[in-house]
Amino acid sequence: MNAALLAADLPYWAQALLRVLGGVVAVLLPAGTIVYVFLFKMMSFMQSRLGPMEAGPYGSMQLFAEVGKWLQKEDITPERADRFIFKIAPLVVLVSTFLLVAVVPFGPDAWFTNFEAGVFYMLAVSSVSVLGILIAGWASANKYSLLGGLRAAGQLIAYELPMVLAVIGVIIQAGTMNLQDIVFAQNAGSMFGWDGLGNPYILTQFVGFIIFMIAVQAELTQTPFDMPIAESELVSGYMTEYSGFRFLTFFIAEFATAGVFSLIASVLFLGGWGIPFAWFGWDTMDSVDNWMNVVGPLIMFTKMMLLSFIIMWVRFSYPRFREDQLQRFAWKVLVPVSLVNIMITAILKVAF
Amino acid sequence: MLAADLLVAQNIGFGIIALLMIVGALRVVTVNNVVHAALWLVVVLSGAAAQYLLLSAEFVAITQVLVYVGAVMVLFLFGTMLTRARIGAENDLNNKNWKIAIPVSLLMLGVMSWVIVDGFQDEKLIENPGEMSQVPIQLISDDIFGPYLLPFWALSFVLLVAVIGAIVLARKD
Repeated sequence: MNAALLAADLPYWAQALLRVLGGVVAVLLPAGTIVYVFLFKMMSFMQSRLGPMEAGPYGSMQLFAEVGKWLQKEDITPERADRFIFKIAPLVVLVSTFLLVAVVPFGPDAWFTNFEAGVFYMLAVSSVSVLGILIAGWASANKYSLLGGLRAAGQLIAYELPMVLAVIGVIIQAGTMNLQDIVFAQNAGSMFGWDGLGNPYILTQFVGFIIFMIAVQAELTQTPFDMPIAESELVSGYMTEYSGFRFLTFFIAEFATAGVFSLIASVLFLGGWGIPFAWFGWDTMDSVDNWMNVVGPLIMFTKMMLLSFIIMWVRFSYPRFREDQLQRFAWKVLVPVSLVNIMITAILKVAF
Repeated sequence: MLAADLLVAQNIGFGIIALLMIVGALRVVTVNNVVHAALWLVVVLSGAAAQYLLLSAEFVAITQVLVYVGAVMVLFLFGTMLTRARIGAENDLNNKNWKIAIPVSLLMLGVMSWVIVDGFQDEKLIENPGEMSQVPIQLISDDIFGPYLLPFWALSFVLLVAVIGAIVLARKD
């Protein structure tokens, strides 16, 4: 973004339109990339097969073929279902994803909204998707769907707590809940006076990072936390009765949320869009050069791919937790460990 | 004069959200399905969050979403779906005492309106919204952990007692 473009004063509606377009890109692009690169190709390679090869070179057009396939399918509503709620449930889940991306900063000026309580907002909005999953399970008028929805709700409530507690360590260390300021604190920081790498919180908050990634895995209901859609017992859980476009919405929401959570984790723990500011001698937010607005999103995208690679890697490698193991793990391991992490972080923060 | 004062974006937004909340609140008590009632309650509570945002109290707004929409309502739905949530209309949802509830809620409305009107008089929250669009969260936390530390502790103990009570009730042995 050059100076002339920055100086241009867009009317409110144009800014709003640009933000909506940017939000759609920021949600759908990671989702599409994750599905093609990891779900289609990486999973196939891990299982010693080629994956989709027909549509386009190396099957790269497979995504469009899939979307076309889902759009053609009949949109079936079960006869006994609660029609209206059945129909809006996937949209509630997708809306939660779109609200989530609104606080992610992609560059010094490339953000949708610079929210003072960004981290807090992120945690609040991500819990809205539970509602969508619950009512999807209930409205389907199907025992398996209802069980899947209830399992999902129980799991998401249990893992929301460690996620909140894991993030608190970062907030204490940065002294702010604004995601943009957290990026700044990491890139302008220094480790024992050496500022060549900034101070990415993955080093000081490694425990928090691990807990956050485990909680994200559970929030996304990816294996090993996929009790809600356990296909050997529940068909496919709360999604059982969905077909066509509405199934596609659930599917997009699942992988878009994986992408958005990876973006947020990279902001919280890996330094976000920034490169260590000492390299170019930037010392305030305003002194960051404008070309970072172009390079920043690319850096974010790289980190997003790295983190979602880990999510997918775990997904394809581990067997499923049992329901009681899953709850026990959240309440008896993750919550105490993250509380201790908060305590140690607070003590160190006061001491230094 | 009236129109010039009232026809600002905030007031129009307030009106639309307030209308939605009133309709939602009425539907909570009139629909004949437990889950539908709970979902109308979600509309009312999210409306309250939107009103807080209009008052530029974003911290309270987000807390409202996190606590009420994300946790309380999910637990409501979870509980009803585990026990008695049927699809379709039910007839025996009305409590016998619903007539008493009307004067009680009208009284509540009167008392709360009087408290708010009496408490603020002609005072405006922010004279010039452009100057200070949001209260920094640091100020809120300084207040909670400074002058209001004792009430905060008292509340924490109440919650702790509730948690212990829940565990005692839930344990069979």
